[in-house]
Amino acid sequence: MIDAVGNPQSLLLLGGTSDIALATAERYARQRPLRIVLAARPSERLEAAAERLRSTGSTVTTVSFDARDPGTHGEAIEKAFADGDIDISIVAFGMLGDQEKLWTDVEAARELAEINYVAPVTVGVLLAEKLRKQGHGHIVALSSVAGERVRRSNFVYGSSKAGLDGFYTGLTEALRPSGVKVTVVRPGHVTSKMTEGLSEAPLAQTPEQVAQIIVESVRKGKELVWAPAQFRYVMSVLRHLPRVIFRRLPF
Amino acid sequence: MLWLGSLVMTAVTGAFAEGTTRSRALRGWGRASGTVAEVLATQDIESIARAVRRAGPRGVIARGLGRSYGDPAQNAGGLVVDMTVLNRIHHIDPEQAWVDVDAGVSLDQLMRAALPYGLWVPVLPGTRQVTIGGAIGMDIHGKNHHSAGSFGNHVLSLELLTADGEVRTLTPDGEQADLFWATVGGAGLTGIVLRARVRMKRTETAYFLADYDRTTSLDATMQLLTDGSDERYDYSAAVPDTISTGSGLGRATFSRGWLARLEDLPPKLRRDPLRLDAPHLATVPDVFPNGMVNQLTSRLAGTVTHHMFPKHARGKIANIAQFLHPLDVLGEWNRAYGRDGFLQYQFSIPAGREQHMADLVRTIARSGQLSFLNVFKRMGASNPAPLSWPHPGYMLSLDFPMKPGLHKFCEHLDEQVLTAGGRLYFAKDSRTTPEMVQQMYPRLGEWRRIRDTADPDGTFISDLARRLGITAPQAS
Repeated sequence: MIDAVGNPQSLLLLGGTSDIALATAERYARQRPLRIVLAARPSERLEAAAERLRSTGSTVTTVSFDARDPGTHGEAIEKAFADGDIDISIVAFGMLGDQEKLWTDVEAARELAEINYVAPVTVGVLLAEKLRKQGHGHIVALSSVAGERVRRSNFVYGSSKAGLDGFYTGLTEALRPSGVKVTVVRPGHVTSKMTEGLSEAPLAQTPEQVAQIIVESVRKGKELVWAPAQFRYVMSVLRHLPRVIFRRLPF
Repeated sequence: MLWLGSLVMTAVTGAFAEGTTRSRALRGWGRASGTVAEVLATQDIESIARAVRRAGPRGVIARGLGRSYGDPAQNAGGLVVDMTVLNRIHHIDPEQAWVDVDAGVSLDQLMRAALPYGLWVPVLPGTRQVTIGGAIGMDIHGKNHHSAGSFGNHVLSLELLTADGEVRTLTPDGEQADLFWATVGGAGLTGIVLRARVRMKRTETAYFLADYDRTTSLDATMQLLTDGSDERYDYSAAVPDTISTGSGLGRATFSRGWLARLEDLPPKLRRDPLRLDAPHLATVPDVFPNGMVNQLTSRLAGTVTHHMFPKHARGKIANIAQFLHPLDVLGEWNRAYGRDGFLQYQFSIPAGREQHMADLVRTIARSGQLSFLNVFKRMGASNPAPLSWPHPGYMLSLDFPMKPGLHKFCEHLDEQVLTAGGRLYFAKDSRTTPEMVQQMYPRLGEWRRIRDTADPDGTFISDLARRLGITAPQAS
């Protein structure tokens, strides 16, 4: 149960090696040690992350989860809930890819669409079923500002995030009567392993900064947040720009 | 408008059909951590028994008037039995001074029915909006704990619906006395209390004869609290100032007294001495923003509270609202804290550890966490119930408005309370840990053995039990 001062007792990270998800887990663990389930493809990186979180006094288990293989999602979610209720589930997996290759290569485009859209949907359906039965719980879905108005420079990625965003925004409403909350987080550029090698965009932030926003939003029960918060105003201007101007913008 | 008509029909038939449940979000009085459960509200005991027998994996818990601050009367994803509709007073025996009541009867309802017979509810907490079932499940106490003990001490027998769907009649010293005492203070986790016989106290009036004292320092407060002077009184409690950090730190107003006899009353009140004089002024609307209770208003309220009672007075006649329930004058007063709500923190410290108590008051005053609705009391002997909260010593209850840093501060307080040998109260907690509970309640293992015999499959479960791992050694 998430207690009255906002401490969860259990946390599921789908995308258990995501920098933002791990920063969020660390933040919770520093507040109070808890039970953490890391769901990701088995790797050294995953084991290292589990070890680091254990040092906070938390109980950490790992579950094998491959976003590209929807057939295995049911089993992964089943295992993640095997030790009891999950208070907060963070849907954090995703890929960025080479944007020019993505719209010219069928296989690359399909892989991105599966990881960034199909898998979040199947996982979302499975989580929703578990959490409705549980009668409580909180889902955090990592969307992106790139999905708010899709632009030429990364439109395949942007379109997948737009789809994810729409699904979880709708799920927020569908789960409301069940006592399950959903928070859709729209970060801008985050300096993490996903964006390694890219030049830093305006309003860039660290995974820790996004984690702080996530923890705060869950505590307050916010359903849609931007990271950083100023992006809400930037994007509401960009959203309404005429196309002729929008396509000439330098990003 | 047809759809509206059918909507109303659905609501009406849904509410009255026997055995049907309704999905509802439930919260505690502290307004945090709400969860959704299927709620069954029926007067038909057989329907309740059937629901218990058919309980799903998320189990069942009974709920009364929802005055516990945290989550003992919630059961996320499971079944919650709303007991407030089961509220018949079956019998009042003025000769032998006992009553036979359904578990959903509130103390307010019982009081109004029993007073004309000169019978008084033996234990009254800070509100009368508590059901008999809740009073037993939390083994509540009142301002007279040092003289009368807790609610369980006055229960002659109770009917418990257990997980097998059977109704067992339990008494404090009968064959299943262990289950009786596991139910007292057992937070509803042994079964559903359906009905109880409660011993009442005889009284000539519904008024109090009260003495008031005001202390000007923490030392003086501790002195008056521990010098044994409250042994003379049936009722005794103090309101300490935990906000002032200067010379006013720990100052308190004490109100102590007895139920008034007829001859104590002025002639005007003597005409109707058993009238329940409990004004209800207004209901607080749900419009307050967060932060209404802040540095300024808390200090102001603290000062007003300190000066609300007479400085030093003897033999004052007070009505129940003035003497026991100043907050019941305002309905839904918890709304004044805004949407974020507040955190009730109530702890005990055993006798002999007075210094720890005084140190804790200093720690609280210096923390910057502001609580002005405080109650300070010396507690009397405990009863045989393994999970009953009161024990000989002292208790302090505080209401902190939610704000950043409160969590760490409460963890610090937990440690201090544990070190001193004290404990937290399930009716008030909404944030401690299974590890703390395990250490603070050394008889938890003994209670679990009794409960596991009565409920081997763990049918009775609540959000509180899950959060604090009360029924199982590991937290889920």
